[in-house]
Amino acid sequence: MNESSNTVLFASGRLLDPATSRDEIVDVLVADGKIVEVGAGIEPPDHTTTIDCSGQWITPGFVDLHTHLREPGFEDAEDIASGSAAGAAGGYTALCAMANTNPVCDSAAVAEQVYRRGRQVGLVDVFPVGSISHGMAGKQLVEFGELRDCAARVDFFSDDGHPVADSLLMRRALQYATAFDVVICNHSEDPALTDGAQMNEGAMSSLLGLPGWPHEAEEVIIARDLILADGAGARLHVPHVTTYGAVELIRIAKQRGVRVTAEVTPHHLMLTDDLVRSFDPVLKVNPPIRTQRDIDALQEGLSDGTIDAVATDHAPHSPETKDQEWEHAPCGMLGLESAFGVVNTQMVKPGLIDPLTAIARLTTGPASVRDVGGHGGAIVAGSPANLAVHDPELVWKVSASQLQSKASNSPFDGMELTGKTIHTMLRGTFTLRGGIVESSATSPS
Amino acid sequence: MSDLRHLISIADITRDQLETILDTAQELLPIARRERLSVPTLRGRVVCNMFLEDSTRTRLSFELAAKRLSAEVMNFTGKGSSVSKGESFKDTALTLNAMGVDCVVVRSHSAGAPLQLAGWLDVPILNAGDGWHQHPTQALLDVFTMRQHLGDLSGRRVVIAGDVLHSRVARSEIQALRLVDAQVTVVAPPTLLPPAISDWGVEVVDVLDDALDGADVVYLLRVQRERMRGAFFPSVREYARWWGMDDRRLARLSRDALVMHPGPMNRGVEITGSVADSQQSVITEQVTNGIAIRMACLYLLLSGRQATPSEVTAGSMTSEKSPETTTERLA
Repeated sequence: MNESSNTVLFASGRLLDPATSRDEIVDVLVADGKIVEVGAGIEPPDHTTTIDCSGQWITPGFVDLHTHLREPGFEDAEDIASGSAAGAAGGYTALCAMANTNPVCDSAAVAEQVYRRGRQVGLVDVFPVGSISHGMAGKQLVEFGELRDCAARVDFFSDDGHPVADSLLMRRALQYATAFDVVICNHSEDPALTDGAQMNEGAMSSLLGLPGWPHEAEEVIIARDLILADGAGARLHVPHVTTYGAVELIRIAKQRGVRVTAEVTPHHLMLTDDLVRSFDPVLKVNPPIRTQRDIDALQEGLSDGTIDAVATDHAPHSPETKDQEWEHAPCGMLGLESAFGVVNTQMVKPGLIDPLTAIARLTTGPASVRDVGGHGGAIVAGSPANLAVHDPELVWKVSASQLQSKASNSPFDGMELTGKTIHTMLRGTFTLRGGIVESSATSPS
Repeated sequence: MSDLRHLISIADITRDQLETILDTAQELLPIARRERLSVPTLRGRVVCNMFLEDSTRTRLSFELAAKRLSAEVMNFTGKGSSVSKGESFKDTALTLNAMGVDCVVVRSHSAGAPLQLAGWLDVPILNAGDGWHQHPTQALLDVFTMRQHLGDLSGRRVVIAGDVLHSRVARSEIQALRLVDAQVTVVAPPTLLPPAISDWGVEVVDVLDDALDGADVVYLLRVQRERMRGAFFPSVREYARWWGMDDRRLARLSRDALVMHPGPMNRGVEITGSVADSQQSVITEQVTNGIAIRMACLYLLLSGRQATPSEVTAGSMTSEKSPETTTERLA
């Protein structure tokens, strides 16, 4: 992995760079970890490795706002090394590690440990998410100021799957967050409306006899949080939006000037609750996969900018925890290695979103939500060489057991997707090359 | 019928398959009623009753059904089993597979558990009730009982009253009745109706009084008192007043109309004691017919073919895996 000193020319690729709105066929020259030149007909210096990118897309490295790396505490399902490898394979150079580890990421000590371990692995940059409340218990606020000031620069807080149900605590969190201009991300679920819920509430839950997760449970919390954020003048991020009603609430709030951003997962852009007929617990996820009507609204929202980012909610679970009865299995599914393929297959190929906008939702969109150290930014001379090259026409079959992730709970297992990342580069070093993940920069500690 | 590998949901079976099960049950009914002795049909076969949720009635019914076909019965219940000791459902299933059982009858609190089992085991799976999802043998025995009294059910009006939302019986029952072209009216507090019930091809009525005209069957579902705490309805008194079957409502039915209940009953809630014990109540017949239906399901799943009248009367119903039983005769 001494290639950061090497010079690489990505030749004749279609540059899709949302930060500069460029969409053209160019060469990109990388040397010493930086982008040296972007333009047509670059003459490579001596000892340059030239990679023909014709027919392929050159984009900034993707940024994921919502990744469960499971370390510390749940390394049987994933760790920072395996999760970073999955990220690199999916075209990511920056991952936001969710706070639901053990211990919870509610202190600078845990945040810095996660951040440094990410750097040590060296396949992606890991940006920890802090919890809103200590131990995600929904009682006492975390020291936002201390976490923002620590080496991990945490400016994004979420109690992950534990919704802040207490309206007073949510209001105080939003008010307090404005002192440090940090973002509050609240899992949108009213727990009183989802007691025992197992899947989307609707025709399919009625048929299957599984307790339903009503769309109202998501929408009442989003509505409340939008009102509270508006009042506090705070920055609110809505994770994994799943219902058509929620898209409409966020659209209206944005029009009214509320400081809100939102994300959607690849699985919610593609999978409907009809699939639950199989009772395969791999399909169990919170919030649940919903209906085609919801998918249509989510796709429209992603296209028109109501939804800023595609975020994976990559949630590895070991096979023994998923191989249970549906009601006992944990929620969550893998996403990092299939995200680009899903967005490309579901939206770009059918013409529901143009390629530049699609890439924006994977790069500049998430990068606008929080500080990710310049990832997702412009591909211009002088900037760090964090980029990825994708083949948008490559048809491949997802094989859950072949993924980089330690776990194999991919809902896309066996499905054909169009579009795959071929190369990923972090600060000029290949992390994925020709579809093969490079070994991590250092051996695991 | 040979294409019926498992019986997991009424939604999986065709009208022909339903008719075959009912016809077979009719042939086996004298044995279920103990008018004839057991037959050696399934001698040497092992039926595992895997009951991972409390059940007395259904487990006993399946056990009797298997024994009257001379199968060996292995009872496996949740409380004393490895499942409660932390072994996974899948490991338990794989253990059963390795032990070489011929059929698993499964009752689970978890919707979908029988379907998962069918993916892990190589033997027929018979669903004895999974969560709120399905209870197919209950629906089959109910249709069987209705036919005994009413004949062809095409166009007949069946009123199903009560907690449809939490009821596996209701889901199976409605599908089975639709399969035989009966008209179904559902009556329940709106809080106890599943969303999108309008997709089920049923009429939905708010209160029981508005559903009784022209009813051929009134089928009461068990209403658990715990539902009150979940604010599904305010009180037992209020529930009984609007959705309970009492003498006044019974008097409004035609003399041929039937009152049914899957049991166990909450007397004084969804049904008064006097209605349960009335002439028009066929609740105890349902229990006896249940044994015949479960015999029929076990027979068809394990032998892969239908019983003929001569086989039963001649006592030569045989197991394909047990040729030595072919010469045995009914006493």
